[in-house]
Amino acid sequence: MTGRPDGGAAPGGRRRIVVLDYGSGNLRSAERALAAAGADVVVTGDLAAAADADGLVVPGVGAFAACVAGIEAIGAGPVIAGRVAAGRPVLGICVGMQILFESGDEHGVVTKGLGLLPGSVTRLAAARLPHMGWNTVQAPVGSVLFAGLPADSRFYFVHSYAVGDAAALTASGARVTTAHHDCDFVAAVERGALSAAQFHPEKSAETGAALLRNWLATVPAGD
Amino acid sequence: MTVAVRVIPCLDVDAGRVVKGVNFLDLRDAGDPVELAAAYDRAGADELTFLDVTASSSDRGTMLDVVRRTAESVFIPLTVGGGVRTVADVDTLLRAGADKIGVNTAAIARPELLAEIAERFGRQVLVLSLDVRRAPAGTTASGFEVTTHGGRRGTGLDAVEWARRGAELGAGEILLNSMDADGTKAGFDLELIGAVRRVVDVPVVASGGAGAAAHFPPAIGAGADAVLAASVFHFGELTVAEVKDVLRGAGHPVR
Repeated sequence: MTGRPDGGAAPGGRRRIVVLDYGSGNLRSAERALAAAGADVVVTGDLAAAADADGLVVPGVGAFAACVAGIEAIGAGPVIAGRVAAGRPVLGICVGMQILFESGDEHGVVTKGLGLLPGSVTRLAAARLPHMGWNTVQAPVGSVLFAGLPADSRFYFVHSYAVGDAAALTASGARVTTAHHDCDFVAAVERGALSAAQFHPEKSAETGAALLRNWLATVPAGD
Repeated sequence: MTVAVRVIPCLDVDAGRVVKGVNFLDLRDAGDPVELAAAYDRAGADELTFLDVTASSSDRGTMLDVVRRTAESVFIPLTVGGGVRTVADVDTLLRAGADKIGVNTAAIARPELLAEIAERFGRQVLVLSLDVRRAPAGTTASGFEVTTHGGRRGTGLDAVEWARRGAELGAGEILLNSMDADGTKAGFDLELIGAVRRVVDVPVVASGGAGAAAHFPPAIGAGADAVLAASVFHFGELTVAEVKDVLRGAGHPVR
């Protein structure tokens, strides 16, 4: 623990990022993409390191319930919540985004999420699932994550579940980016220190790298 | 907008080297899968598939190293298939940096493998790969059968029914390779694509037969979500951009 005050940004410094390892896959891709975007990256399940990092990335693939169980198994929920409450950046990716919401409904089994964002994750009402491939998004005015990216930019999605009803999320003050696959759903969220993407920026080539750089720019560099 | 049609180059890798020669300019080492992967990424490929054709199990570690090195520098989805027999094989490849795993022969022998993989890692990582040929008259209901050994050995398994069952068991994508069309450069097997499209709701990747840019839009029209090809790209007969231009011209969304 450094006891570093928030906002003590050193713009030229390399951000120390922890990719949280709680048994979910895709860690290496996230690690390498963040490193390529200019961060010092450590993949670990160590909670002190996760609390102390300049920025925390919560990845996740597979089932909502399995990811929540993985987070609970290492006791990471309070660390994630504590960071967000203290205004210290967290980025959730794919199921790592989904578990930030109140609940996930898979095959009729409802699992409680971390509840940091209002809304529930449900099966997409789409003819073709998983929603797999490169899709466009609709980012709101003022988005930091999508700043400077052309409106027709495509990101790589692979998922069957998402937050479909964004009303509560929008009402909570979040900037909500949506995408469309037979139905509209939440593709990204920005609210205070909490950012999240349903797609995989770490697999979205240069477009994803630009988004990761945008996120890293919101992370104050430690001393 | 809607999700883009994916264009996927496929590389056959043997003992850490690309086989079925590759003829590209501006490469230091055209046999290095990592360098080729980066070249296809620069060329606009939406995804890459490595097919491990290594016969010897002692060379499997080499493939893992290839996957690791690719994942370090290429930030588009990577599917790895060939020789995957167990849940542990899948785990090892995912940890090395693969995003999706293709399963073929092992699932024919033991279909429950598909459910085991999907349960552990989610269906989005699992691609069921089928090598399909037209069956002798009256042997399968659909007229198509699954083969092994590069199309030489028939299994008697109805290919359309196997695709349906595979998706039901947990495959998140179907890679449909027509052994009849493969190598002909006469176009994809549209009848096969349509028959499988009608029975599964997961994405279908069409493979086998691509010889000209004009062959790609009909595969999408027949129901494929993605198109995979090897030699036309490797030998520089077509670029990914040319294929995308023709797809776009036919009204299909591309990246």
